Amino acid sequence: MPEEAPFRYRIRFAKSAPLRFIGHLDLHRAWERTLRRAGAPLAYSEGYNPRPRLNLGLALPLGCTSQGDLLDVMLETSWESEDLCQALRKAAPPGLLVEAVWPVPAGTPPLQRQVSSCEYKVDLAAAADAARLQDAIQRLLGSDSLPRERRGKSYDLRPLVEGLTLEVGERVERPRLVMQLAAREGATGRPEEVLLELGLDPLAHVPHRARVLGPSSVRPEA
Amino acid sequence: MRPEELSRTLERLLPGVQKPARYAGGELNQTVKDWDRVPLRVALAFPDIYELGMSNLGLAILYDIVNRQPDALAERAFSTWPDMEAAMRATGLPLFSLETRHPLSDFDVLGISLPYETLFTNALNMLDLAGIPLLTADRGSTDPLVVAGGHACYNPEPMAPFIDAFVIGEGEEVILDILACVRAWKGGGQSREALLRHLAGVWGVYVPSLYRVHYHADGTLQQVEALFPEARLPVIKRIVAKLPPPLTRLIVPYLDIAHNRIPIEIMRGCTRGCRFCQAGMITRPVRERPVEEVVEGIERALAETGFEQVGLLSLSSSDYDDILELVRAVSARFADRHLDLSLPSLRIETFSVELMDLLQGNSHRSGFTLAPEAATERMREIINKPVSTQQLLETARAIYQHGWHTIKLYFMIGHPSETLEDVQAIADLCKAVLAEGRQLIGNRAKVTAGVSTFIPKPHTPFQWVPCDTLEQIQAKQALLKRQLRGRGLKLNWNHPQETMLEAWLSRGDRRMGEVIYRAWQRGARFDAWSEHFQYDAWLQAFQEADLDPAFYTHRDRPIDEIFPWDHIDAAVKKQFLTEDYLWSLRGKTRVDCRERCFACGILPKFAELRRSNPGEVWECPEVRSPSRKRAAEVIPLVPA
Repeated sequence: MPEEAPFRYRIRFAKSAPLRFIGHLDLHRAWERTLRRAGAPLAYSEGYNPRPRLNLGLALPLGCTSQGDLLDVMLETSWESEDLCQALRKAAPPGLLVEAVWPVPAGTPPLQRQVSSCEYKVDLAAAADAARLQDAIQRLLGSDSLPRERRGKSYDLRPLVEGLTLEVGERVERPRLVMQLAAREGATGRPEEVLLELGLDPLAHVPHRARVLGPSSVRPEA
Repeated sequence: MRPEELSRTLERLLPGVQKPARYAGGELNQTVKDWDRVPLRVALAFPDIYELGMSNLGLAILYDIVNRQPDALAERAFSTWPDMEAAMRATGLPLFSLETRHPLSDFDVLGISLPYETLFTNALNMLDLAGIPLLTADRGSTDPLVVAGGHACYNPEPMAPFIDAFVIGEGEEVILDILACVRAWKGGGQSREALLRHLAGVWGVYVPSLYRVHYHADGTLQQVEALFPEARLPVIKRIVAKLPPPLTRLIVPYLDIAHNRIPIEIMRGCTRGCRFCQAGMITRPVRERPVEEVVEGIERALAETGFEQVGLLSLSSSDYDDILELVRAVSARFADRHLDLSLPSLRIETFSVELMDLLQGNSHRSGFTLAPEAATERMREIINKPVSTQQLLETARAIYQHGWHTIKLYFMIGHPSETLEDVQAIADLCKAVLAEGRQLIGNRAKVTAGVSTFIPKPHTPFQWVPCDTLEQIQAKQALLKRQLRGRGLKLNWNHPQETMLEAWLSRGDRRMGEVIYRAWQRGARFDAWSEHFQYDAWLQAFQEADLDPAFYTHRDRPIDEIFPWDHIDAAVKKQFLTEDYLWSLRGKTRVDCRERCFACGILPKFAELRRSNPGEVWECPEVRSPSRKRAAEVIPLVPA
């Protein structure tokens, strides 16, 4: 643990259903305010427009929920992680669930550089046609390329899909899609694009980002 | 429709609209009570989108007050953007509250905020989307009581057909009196008319359906007739003796809203007497909030919200008695918390370098604002805002020296006494200020001129004055557009047609209600938004209602004309306004009434209130001996 300011902490949290329609920038602002309410001594950037040093890792698309989401923050003075965790839990708005807090060594690369992929789970309607979907999944995974267009730009979806399965049966209440999508600079897979490719309506489903793969998301044993 | 069903439909709609968080609720510090256990239910509505409504302090104050009552709850509603409105109409979804998603028609009271006139059609649209009959006359015992408040209510007549009861003045105490009436009436089997008549007895409440308006053949007002004994004439505005403690438990929005800050009023009212300013006239008397209360309020609000900016609000901040002490105290207490202090509405005359030094550390991004309004001595004397060019230039120098790059100057054009020379002087003055800035900080210096178009507002000394015509306004704006361009200069101006709309609506009579209704039927919405404003819809509405818009705006009014708003008493006497108007014609000015009282009418009316609240809280002179006026003219401490 470094002995001089600023001190870096990683917060693992969940963005649950009440916050589904909060976008990335809004979430950033909500975290700034939560930290302030908790009395955390935020470190600020230098220059003409000092901002709190907060890094919200990987943007979550609007309309999704998440767990195991990560945020790095820099504080002016060091706090006991457990104290910070409790203070944040008290200050957090309804629906923002603080899972764990731990210190991160100085020199650790920024969150975005550590992330490689994300896992999304999408619950489907009970009446979803499992057989048709299995076919569509096989076709998708079997293609060499999947040209698509998003916001006027063409791209290939296939390399962004690292894994895609359909869970049915006794283990899950409703059929559930589990997808692992790339999350790198310039190569980010979006869950609603996969849904569209499978012939499903993105407006009727709530993708849940269950895991961010790459950075240390596990609190080290004390 | 039950909330559960509404929610299910909503969850499917929201991903398809812009900024769904506008309609989702769930923010920190919202209050959600048990609907079935709380008998009195109030919906508080702001007729524009969430981002604007959530910046409105009045609504937030009333929300807090109602929710503090054990037997009442308050929930919020805002206008839906056209994409959401279309989706709601297509799926049959009624307008609902954010907290529990109850349809607005389920509430006992619907309170609509009307701070300015261009929100009128949105207010009608909210009623329609809520399934509440638009006309007072069509509402029955199960429909909510529709109440409106805000500065636009000082001329309530255009909206009179649609609003059951207007609140004239400050809402903190009168809202509880209104709830008391509803509480006593609810479930008692009495008619809706009985409730309205009872409400009319509350100090500060105007129930338009209890009056009939009579007109002369030429269309001017002959008389407002009270139809029932409870209907008072005039209706006197409600004020609070001193400012209640500031609201600290503000709802923290997720969305980026118009003002992302803790708003704390430091003072209400204004003593300057600028003749064009309605707010200054109708919010008298001046009452200040003690420094300690402001500082403590900021501390609590920071802990409860985590906001990064504080706005200290008033009509004329540097006139606040202890402004230096206040800014010093705030800067000292919150020194290490990166708190951005916003202090708008600074007067050029009471500006000081020391104040600048204290504010220096704060955000300079948006520029420093001053409001000279006029650029020639002649116009300054007419409007009673006699700031000299010399003072302005000195102030500008100090601002540029203290780290600001941009100065925003507010000017006003459109007074009928104004000539093109006066307008030219505005352009020259802006360039002179820019020249000062260039001398000090080179090409980084900028001047933004915000030039609004004058509207002669009710309850001001200019209420007799006609507006400039569209052509006159366009000529003046054309001059400014030609001159105020190029490096470092920017001009913001109002679209003249939008100005006309505001002028019609603020000076209208009860017949204007039909125009508003027809304009709304023709699709008028979001009139305050340039991209949605439909001038033609309004012109057609006037035609269909057989009214001439110019009657409201371009007529020279005789000095003894009865105005549609005369029966609403802002406590500044019409006699005082008449005298001030006549003085303006001679270019005679009045000093700030902190220096000497001009007996505008506030004190005789509120003498009892002033006597029981002595000292520095009010800026009006003290009242020591018992009033010699007849009891009927004096407002009692406890409303009848």
